[in-house]
Amino acid sequence: MLDDFLVRAVLAGIGVAIAAAPLGCFVVWRKMAYFGDATSHAAILGVALSLAFSLPLVSGTLAVALIMALVVTSLSGKGFAMDTLLGVMAHSALAAGLVATSFISDVRIDLMAYLFGDILAVAHADLAVIWIGAALVTAVMAFRWSPLLTATLNADLAHASGIDPKREQLVLTLCLAVVVAVAIKVVGVLLIVAMLIIPAAAARPLARNPESMAVGAALIGALSAFLGLRMSYVYDTPTGPSIVCAAAGFFILGLMLGRFRVRAH
Amino acid sequence: MPQLPVARRCGALIMSLVETQDMSIRIGGHVALRNVDFAIDAGEIVTVVGPNGSGKSSLLRAIVGALKPHSGTVKRQAGLRIGYVPQKLQIDETLPITVQRFLDLPGRRGRAAKHQALRRVGAEELFERQMFALSGGQFQRVLLARALLDNPQLLILDEPTTGLDQPGSAALYRLIEEIRRELNAAVLMVSHELHVVMSSSDRVICLNGHVCCHGTPDIVASAPEYRALFGTGTHGALALYRHDHDHTHEHENHEGCTHA
Repeated sequence: MLDDFLVRAVLAGIGVAIAAAPLGCFVVWRKMAYFGDATSHAAILGVALSLAFSLPLVSGTLAVALIMALVVTSLSGKGFAMDTLLGVMAHSALAAGLVATSFISDVRIDLMAYLFGDILAVAHADLAVIWIGAALVTAVMAFRWSPLLTATLNADLAHASGIDPKREQLVLTLCLAVVVAVAIKVVGVLLIVAMLIIPAAAARPLARNPESMAVGAALIGALSAFLGLRMSYVYDTPTGPSIVCAAAGFFILGLMLGRFRVRAH
Repeated sequence: MPQLPVARRCGALIMSLVETQDMSIRIGGHVALRNVDFAIDAGEIVTVVGPNGSGKSSLLRAIVGALKPHSGTVKRQAGLRIGYVPQKLQIDETLPITVQRFLDLPGRRGRAAKHQALRRVGAEELFERQMFALSGGQFQRVLLARALLDNPQLLILDEPTTGLDQPGSAALYRLIEEIRRELNAAVLMVSHELHVVMSSSDRVICLNGHVCCHGTPDIVASAPEYRALFGTGTHGALALYRHDHDHTHEHENHEGCTHA
């Protein structure tokens, strides 16, 4: 069954959707979208470095995403205007990555595949990496859910309950780097943040509690991956963007259902 | 100067709930508080007053453990249960969470315990409501209910009536007073409402980067340092206190100590 490239693609998409869902909720709640951009755009630099040193792709992207995430975390709350700083870092990292890839002349690389993903080319090893990464992130999120949530609500409240908000922030940062590293093959660096935010935002109007929002986001993400692949297969559209379009469709649907529910009350 | 609580000065051998010694706090290189000696005993109501930026919240946050002293020490009684209501807690509409789920953070509670805590603050009907949709007064009551869940020995309230109108804040202060009596908990709070401070506190700490003056409300009110900060005619607060002797102030156990 796994020999079918479409089956592998669907499984890869679902794996990323599940890992991205709870993390995406925190990205929405903590208003970290730009932070996600900076981390994921930096990953293209990681792609260039892994190719230059003939390392596995995931190691390079993970390393650069981690460094970027840690740099941004350490700069945050030090009196910089965060959105400007992140804007500078996100786009500089992307540009630097693109410039760096142009130096790698002996390897023909398909840049589009890294910018927008190449889910149909997911191999067995890629699938293993995606699922291990996704399982790791999901487990960490489940294990640290309550402290993460408390720290997200209020740092002092967390302190009073013996939770260190800085440590929880670090947990999120590390998880984000892992998701970026595993999602690059599926949706590409430009659309990773879309996979984090759109399913979470789509689930928001229908959710009453943080947990239901995360589960809803996972379902919407997985459905989007499935529908996007189907669309891509039938109409020959680019797969990553098709998945994101499907998620955007769910977002609109969620908005309409949310309106309906508010009116029904 | 050592600022020991009244009970200690009277010679009673009661371990304070929290005690700071020569504590200084820096926030981003700026000294927010310096050389603070402070202690609070079981059952006391201590109010912290002072102008904006005088370190009131910093003192509370250090006691809670959210800030580490730069020098000096904070000692909490072993196993001390603190109920904390922070300043400026906002729950954004992007985060859906019902009141009862909020009470489950960080640890799950029994349904009955949550109902009881909400009933205690007169907010039981809010059980299934969304946090972001609550009014200011409802929100503060829910925060107070959350602080009560652990049956605290010390309630720490950072400007609990921010954003409430006059009747709303009066009702909240009455509630705090009732709860304190029931639990026999100590209360440490920051308040800007001087007439409340003067009428319901056992002790007042006046901060301005350091402890300006402290003591029972009448002692603080007549202290020149306090007058320099708040003037003599602040909202008629002092006048109100001085002429309002027809009710008791719960000073009973301290009488004869501070004025001796």
